[in-house]
Amino acid sequence: MSNPIGQLNKIFDSRIRIGIMSALMVNENINFNDLKSLIDVTDGNLASHMKTLVENDYIRVYKGFIGRKTNTTYMITKTGEKAFRAHLDALEKIIQGLN
Amino acid sequence: MQQEDNKEATLEALEEIRNIMDRSVRFISLSGWSGIWAGCTALAGSFIAYRWMLNPDFKYIRTAFSEGSINYFDPYITRFIILGIAVFIIAFAGGLFFTWKKAHRQQQQLWSNASRQMLFHMFLPIFAGGIFTVMSVYYGCFMFIVPSCLAFYGLALIGASRHTLSDIRYLGMLDVTLGCASLFLPAFGLLFWATGFGLLHILYGAVMWNKYDK
Repeated sequence: MSNPIGQLNKIFDSRIRIGIMSALMVNENINFNDLKSLIDVTDGNLASHMKTLVENDYIRVYKGFIGRKTNTTYMITKTGEKAFRAHLDALEKIIQGLN
Repeated sequence: MQQEDNKEATLEALEEIRNIMDRSVRFISLSGWSGIWAGCTALAGSFIAYRWMLNPDFKYIRTAFSEGSINYFDPYITRFIILGIAVFIIAFAGGLFFTWKKAHRQQQQLWSNASRQMLFHMFLPIFAGGIFTVMSVYYGCFMFIVPSCLAFYGLALIGASRHTLSDIRYLGMLDVTLGCASLFLPAFGLLFWATGFGLLHILYGAVMWNKYDK
């Protein structure tokens, strides 16, 4: 049997990225400010983690407007959903393997 | 030893995932005190309405057809409508205050993705109920006010339950049931009203306070 730790996705090593993916798994879309207060991070920190996830095609960005203000929302991609589920499966296996 | 560390970290990660998933769709700051406050306000309002209804001039059960056209500025109707609106505003403002306090304590935002979702899912049943109620008044069929308020309010709570503490679903189900039941006993409308909006809210609020706020 392969070691489940090897199946963990390196991209999901950070608490913030896990938070972003978790929120997007259960919400069709969510905007930057809501994510920020949900995960409790600074603008810059969140933005840099977002960038990594976008570069890996795990999430998609939609830039819109509410009146004059920009409203940036995020959505999970099929790739992202698959990768996150695989990561969760690996986490589950680790726990089962140790019980 | 390293395996133990792994397990610890894994459990923490899963806990975090679960927490974020839950908090992002559920507005968890709804306070038990909000329910108790709304219930007490409704009971006080019902008592005032009860005193007014003792007046022999007031006819609760009538239809526009049997009595001819009604006078919309009938002082009784106007008084009851003002009382209803006042009770709603006091109940809502107090409810909002307690929930705001709880959100503040939990360091949660009142206006979040979850609370917006909750309000969005409540909107349509409340809107439909509002139309039913207003048109009941318009046609002079006062006996339909209580059933439609209770039933649609209950449906709104059931709709909201996916986006807040899910226990509110049971309050919704009971209110829908009471609303339907009150159609069969139109003479006891006020009693159903006091039970559905008063007693049940107080009971619900107390249970919620005991479960989540204490």
